[in-house]
Amino acid sequence: MLNRQGRPTAAGEAGTNAHPTFTGNKALAQVEPLIFEVGRYDVTGVDLDEPEDFKPRLGGLERKEAIGLPGLSEPETMRHYVRLSQMNYGIDTGLFPLGSCTMKHNARLNERVARLPGFSDVHPLQPVSTVQGALELMSELGRYLVTLTNMTTVALSPKAGAHGELCGMMAIKAAIEAKGEGATRNVVLVPDSAHGTNPATAALIGFKVRPVPAREDGWVHVEDVKKLLGPDVAAIMLTNPNTCGLFENQVAEIAKAIHDAGAYFYCDGANFNAIVGKARPGDLGVDAMHINLHKTFSTPHGGGGPGSGPVVLSARLAPFAPVPFVTVDKDGFRLVEQEEDADEKPFGRMTAFHGQMGMYVRALSYMLSHGSDGMRQASEDAVLNANYIRAGLSDLMTLPFGDKPCMHEVLFDDAWLKDTGVTTLDVAKAMIDEGYHPMTMYFPLVVHGAMLIEPTESESKTSLDLFIATLRDLAMAAKNGDTARFTGAPYHAPRRRLDETRAARNPVLKWTPPAPLAEAAE
Amino acid sequence: MTTRYTKDHEYIRLDGDTGTVGITDYAQQQLGDVVFVELPSVGKSVSKGDEAAVVESVKAASEIYAPVSGEVVEVNGDLEATPGTVNEDPSGRGWFMKLKVKDQGELDGLMTEEQYQDFVKSL
Repeated sequence: MLNRQGRPTAAGEAGTNAHPTFTGNKALAQVEPLIFEVGRYDVTGVDLDEPEDFKPRLGGLERKEAIGLPGLSEPETMRHYVRLSQMNYGIDTGLFPLGSCTMKHNARLNERVARLPGFSDVHPLQPVSTVQGALELMSELGRYLVTLTNMTTVALSPKAGAHGELCGMMAIKAAIEAKGEGATRNVVLVPDSAHGTNPATAALIGFKVRPVPAREDGWVHVEDVKKLLGPDVAAIMLTNPNTCGLFENQVAEIAKAIHDAGAYFYCDGANFNAIVGKARPGDLGVDAMHINLHKTFSTPHGGGGPGSGPVVLSARLAPFAPVPFVTVDKDGFRLVEQEEDADEKPFGRMTAFHGQMGMYVRALSYMLSHGSDGMRQASEDAVLNANYIRAGLSDLMTLPFGDKPCMHEVLFDDAWLKDTGVTTLDVAKAMIDEGYHPMTMYFPLVVHGAMLIEPTESESKTSLDLFIATLRDLAMAAKNGDTARFTGAPYHAPRRRLDETRAARNPVLKWTPPAPLAEAAE
Repeated sequence: MTTRYTKDHEYIRLDGDTGTVGITDYAQQQLGDVVFVELPSVGKSVSKGDEAAVVESVKAASEIYAPVSGEVVEVNGDLEATPGTVNEDPSGRGWFMKLKVKDQGELDGLMTEEQYQDFVKSL
């Protein structure tokens, strides 16, 4: 029932500013109201002539009253959005240690290449003879992904990590059904420390989830897996490196046990960035793994561009790879769009078209500009940086699995905060005051008050030293009883501590105009 | 009336052959402010360990497992409008459901009040 974490949700004590300003602005940090509050209903930013002899052809369905959009001039509109953008924090503003998210630098070269008209101005429905370069790029990217993972084939189309998981698990389901075991193999093993999307994916396509209990050392043990295996087990979904930032050191034995039981090994490849060029999932016995291009191969996250989650498949699953996929013959590159046109047995289709072209271009640009030695060094530096932070903080903060090397991210628990009156959430809020995006907190759930820090390879030693010094200062302050610095934080952000409980219990999802404005809108 | 506890921090308070199920005070503290409760439908049969209800707090969604097998005979519909009752009075007004217990023997495998308090101290 219970997630073993204790995240407080109260708003905390309100701090006071010693010198409040008349406007509420803090020097160049502007307070920005909603666009409905900036503009007015009775003004407009553009002059349009009233149409003459206007006869609507909507059969009486036309709107009778004003629509109620705010009117803003161009400079007002510009200021509104520029001010909002200045409140944003991204990897281009500072260190972004959000563990498990791999917020690494997105090289501008990738952006430039993605904007070449031959890649950016193509349409999925134009004749394939006119997009040979784009198809060749997809084929080349697929070849790189297959080579780096030592797998048999790749399905490029899934549009994010969780979509990739779904694709991999659907391939596993298709393989099981092809063997006539669809009715009997209906259980998927998922370790307690897994990403939440893993059990969700398995459940979505009708598997029953059987958890593999967590161990005190943070690793999944082969004997625990063996105890849960049986003729009803379809697959295991294992993240490697795992969400505790550790390399699963029994992964090969686990893969063998899974295969001996007639099941498949799905590896969550969200943390592949830690092992590119160092270990190949195909050598570890993996049957399917998604690769988050927006993490490992530095394509942008979220608003900067859509995610992309290609799935690499082993020889056992390759026949079931979904359409569409790129092939090459004497006439050049082409997309196999129909299941009946494939030589093998595709399980179907995940997307309307071929996937995220812009992300393919950026990912291949990253690969080509780094080369095999550069990609290996990126993994090494990511791991080195995380261990540098671990070593710099382990005397003040506590490591749940003992002081052993981590991979690309370092996981602390909140034992060091015991009896200080400060919680993980408070530390995160105090980090905002110091100008850092907080680390991932309260995840993974298996660690109490988790703080998961992933610096990535993008940070210099100077940057890491300042980050470590900041966290050391915060840790000392917490231990020395400067509780107010934490419980009242953030003091300097545009908005103070939010009341999460009230927001969840009484969500206000629609802006309601104050009375005088409502009248003006009519 | 006897009350028994699970390792997942559910309690079941037996009155005749009907058991009232909820979560412990320790559980509500750890969950933080509860914002949503999903209850089973009356008449549903559950086996010991089955997912019987869902509780969502500001930080996470968690399952409530049936402490013993039985049939759901009543649910606390008030929780849907005022989920905060789970925080205010978990062992009283914040109950989740009443189960008509199938096999009272299953209660023997659960913890007593004293055993549960020791268990919580060990966490």
